[in-house]
Amino acid sequence: MTPKDEIHVPINSDSDIVTARQQGRTMALEAGFGDTDLTVISTAISEVARNIVEHALSGEIILRIEHNGSKAGLVITARDDGPGIPDIALAMQDGYSTGKGLGLGLPGTKRLMDEFDIVSDPEIGTTVIMKKWRN
Amino acid sequence: MNGKKKEVRRRIPGEEFPAAGQNALAVEEPTAELLTELVAHLRENRTQLREEWARRITESQFLTAMTKEEVFKEATAVYDNYVAVLETGSVEALQAYALDLSERIIPRGVETREVLGIVLLLRDVLARSLFKKYQGDFALLNRVLDAYEPAANRIANTVAVSFVRERERIIRQQQEAIRELSTPVLQVRERLLILPIIGVIDPQRARQVTEQLLRGIRANRARVVVIDITGVPAVDATVANHLVQTVDASRLMGATVIVTGLSSEIAQTLVTIGVDLTKMKTVGDLQGGIEEAERLLGYKICSSADQGFAKMA
Amino acid sequence: MRVPILKQGKYLIASIQSALSDYELLQLRDDLAAQVGKYRTRGVIVDVTVLDVMDSFAVRTLRAIAQIARMRGAETIIVGIQPEVAFAMVQLGLTLGQVETALDLEEGLALLDDRTRQDGNRDAER
Repeated sequence: MTPKDEIHVPINSDSDIVTARQQGRTMALEAGFGDTDLTVISTAISEVARNIVEHALSGEIILRIEHNGSKAGLVITARDDGPGIPDIALAMQDGYSTGKGLGLGLPGTKRLMDEFDIVSDPEIGTTVIMKKWRN
Repeated sequence: MNGKKKEVRRRIPGEEFPAAGQNALAVEEPTAELLTELVAHLRENRTQLREEWARRITESQFLTAMTKEEVFKEATAVYDNYVAVLETGSVEALQAYALDLSERIIPRGVETREVLGIVLLLRDVLARSLFKKYQGDFALLNRVLDAYEPAANRIANTVAVSFVRERERIIRQQQEAIRELSTPVLQVRERLLILPIIGVIDPQRARQVTEQLLRGIRANRARVVVIDITGVPAVDATVANHLVQTVDASRLMGATVIVTGLSSEIAQTLVTIGVDLTKMKTVGDLQGGIEEAERLLGYKICSSADQGFAKMA
Repeated sequence: MRVPILKQGKYLIASIQSALSDYELLQLRDDLAAQVGKYRTRGVIVDVTVLDVMDSFAVRTLRAIAQIARMRGAETIIVGIQPEVAFAMVQLGLTLGQVETALDLEEGLALLDDRTRQDGNRDAER
């Protein structure tokens, strides 16, 4: 794997959210995703990046193209060392929100993606790994 | 269309055609020498071997959809590519040629077994010529075959995989076309679109219908959309949610959606499973839906008999 | 970059020119709130044609703009949401609630004319 296949975007402020989703869109475009998927992917990146800014102040978004047989997919990892999410099951319920959002952040983002995993620990922080496969 | 094709075909880094004996060509010097000798032999006897192969293709009744001249022309190209692969060890040019050839012959009804058949015939024709050339030296023949066979297998594999891949791509493209045809977005009047949905809705189709409708709204500058689901056999919670999403998305683009053709059974099901359709404008049948749409667009509805009166008033 | 706000008759038109950060969105909200009061505006149009993403923050801010404008006597119409953006928004679960939308600026202006005329008639009847 060449280094270009993976991009790290540090997330420290709200303007980094824009950078992260634009990088994600570019990478997805190169991987051959269609228009609707490009928008869906950028929206999902925007949500998880905002989650970092609102809850953890700093973290990073890692973008990577993955191949599974003839399928290509974009893997998005959002990592922070913030306080963690005490009750993930609760956070993943529609309508739940601790931040200033509409309470759709994580469950809504999950709906946008094909795969979605979240791990959180008060000591280590929160990591979201999500994937979108190209049709 | 060409652009789309290129995109699909674009080789993904790190992805290779699966090949039998992939590393067989990168072996020790003697094999390389033997292959060089082999290539020289195939070049020398090109005319005769190529003719022999074309003859066997005709005999085996392969490629009957093509004329004799066409078969000979393609056979020549495949033969030269074949020799080039043996010489360079790289299948890329052959791969590109095989994809191109497949694209030309698939629409004419050439089948996978024929493509496999002709490649195996060539392998056979060449092997026989090697037997003949080296029959005096059994040990040498063995070594030549050891060098030839993995390469030949790899070539057969490349051609077959390219063909199957091209077939799959065409099938996907056709599926896409059929799906698009199955849900036409019709403009019946300025600013008014009708979307008759017929048949089962699965998530993939629901997504496609929505995307098509949203693009239709922009292209036709539609203000009202009538979605008729008379032809949808069953509506469960998933389908209903897709419908709600379609309505919401159209609304975001400034269009009002009217849903028609909700049968009483479907309506009851939706109430039972608790789908919230209050946000949705529904009208019993398509005709009523169109009338409502025209009202929203500011058209006056009147029967032809009333027209004189309407003008007077 | 600050979003330019154009005053056209009794309306304000904010036409977004590029992707906006959260801060720039909030700035737009504040600028519009100030100008609605200053010019006694009857209608606000926010043109989002160039936005290729509308996430929960953007939607929340647009809703806030509409609510603030309404409290100060102006209708808000969001115009130019692109098909892909609309699709992603509903998948995420976002809608604009009571906020009106139109296909583009032209449609938005027509809709505002329509709305303010209705209001005017109602006022006259009283």
